[in-house]
Amino acid sequence: MIFQDIIFYFFSTVLIASALGVITVRNPVYSALLLVLAFVTCAGLWLLLEAEFLAITLVLVYVGAVMVLFLFVVMMLDINLDKLREGFWKWFPLGGLVALVMVVEIAMIMFGQYFSLEDMPAPEPKAADYSNTKELGRLLYTEYVYAFELAAVLLLVAMIAAIALTLRHREDKKSLDIAKQVSVKKEDRLRVVSMQANKKN
Amino acid sequence: MESIGQLFEQIFGAEWGPMLFTLSTNVTFIFAIVVPLLLGVAYLTFAERKIIAYMQHRVGPNRVTFFGISWLRGWGQPIADAVKALMKEIVIPTGANKFLFVLAPILTIMPALAAWAVVPFSAELVLADINAGLLYILAMTSMGVYGVIIAGWASNSKYAFLGAMRSAAQVVSYELAMGFALVCVLMMSQSLNLGDIVNGQQGESWASFMHWFWIPLFPMFLVYFISGVAETNRAPFDVAEGESEIVAGFHVDYSGMAFTVFFLAEYANMILVATLTAILFLGGWLPPLDIAPLNMIPGFIWLLFKIGFLLFFFLWFRATFPRYRYDQIMRLGWKVFIPITIIWIVVLGVVMQLPESLRNSFPLNLWF
Repeated sequence: MIFQDIIFYFFSTVLIASALGVITVRNPVYSALLLVLAFVTCAGLWLLLEAEFLAITLVLVYVGAVMVLFLFVVMMLDINLDKLREGFWKWFPLGGLVALVMVVEIAMIMFGQYFSLEDMPAPEPKAADYSNTKELGRLLYTEYVYAFELAAVLLLVAMIAAIALTLRHREDKKSLDIAKQVSVKKEDRLRVVSMQANKKN
Repeated sequence: MESIGQLFEQIFGAEWGPMLFTLSTNVTFIFAIVVPLLLGVAYLTFAERKIIAYMQHRVGPNRVTFFGISWLRGWGQPIADAVKALMKEIVIPTGANKFLFVLAPILTIMPALAAWAVVPFSAELVLADINAGLLYILAMTSMGVYGVIIAGWASNSKYAFLGAMRSAAQVVSYELAMGFALVCVLMMSQSLNLGDIVNGQQGESWASFMHWFWIPLFPMFLVYFISGVAETNRAPFDVAEGESEIVAGFHVDYSGMAFTVFFLAEYANMILVATLTAILFLGGWLPPLDIAPLNMIPGFIWLLFKIGFLLFFFLWFRATFPRYRYDQIMRLGWKVFIPITIIWIVVLGVVMQLPESLRNSFPLNLWF
């Protein structure tokens, strides 16, 4: 048990520190990288909770794909930090209020008497051959199949919207016809000319 | 083994003894994987130079002998190369971000080695026999691209940055096709555990190579292997390095050991992709024919043989194909591979849902 506690506190410390770093460091690239660190440590915490499918998927989806694109964009943009910081004190009261509400909400859940957490004891640790992935799959494709399909449709809508927003029809657009390129024969490009040999005078 | 465990308990007490014992056995196992792997990497570079040389009618490295044994000409070359790299200075460019510049090669080699934790070498020989092994490998290989992006950005050089951009887009695209190909494997084997996947390829008849997943999933086998080549940034998909266009791409500013670490990671990733293809599609440690002399050979040897066979293809590709144009790479990934994989998932799903009697009436059906 003590070993798990050590791991828990280690991951929690790193998670909180890196999450703080995300919003405090000046360099946006460092900020994105600290967010990656926060995701990875969060996956570690989820592993401690025996949620191995969620933990690995978090790394796979957020660290492996989403943050790569994020980093890609952040590196390409020329971000002016002074401009970003301009409205800080103006918006501070609103931001502070939102943060306060969130802290109070979390405290109400954590210090259980209003939400009767004691009725929900911690689940028993599962056996080693228990497959979290299989159970999740079974639930997703049977009981929650409509919610699952709805989420998928939502993503599809977002994807199509992104394409529709950026797609512009241009008159002078040059595009490649791959089939044409592939089917090119030697005769189309190359002409062998037979010439009379010239005599040097 | 057990007596050593008892010794640990006597020395460190009942509480810490077993824990330290597990720790020390795991560390030993890690060394037993990583040291041969790095040796394999060293000699893979040698094999690459030799094989490509013979394909181009050259001799290849033949100067450095192996501890003075004259008929092993060239076999000392990887060791000489390693010593040379260790002696060279690591130059950090003035405009570079020093911290990230040093961090990048470490971030490249870490996932390349960490993914080996769940790879089964034979029916019993595996470091971490976890349920979600396939997902773990996907997660680890998808992290490899960070090293490339960070190296490109931290070098503060145009060529390096162009290489990083190319690599980021390419790796993210091919990961999708790779993931979909693995979904098919997952559907066939009904498990994410790599050991179970290999066991699912075991058949009853003597022609066991017919039972491996490469036949029912043949398009996926090709898609996975080609995506693997693209994922490791190897020729003909090596636009991230592209010597003739952007000098050396993301590692143009790296020298000495820092460069060598990138190099090691690339070759370790090649061996990883070859190993995974062998495990997922070519039956892992299973012998190709289940008859007397062949099934006496230990499974580990068969796995090594299959890995070597697939690695040869990596080298062969490099000697044969010219580099892809960048838009063609993107087209192949998005417009060819992803549709193929999605169609194959649907076909496979339909076949698996057919009634039992109909499935059994297929001629030559060995897999469903």
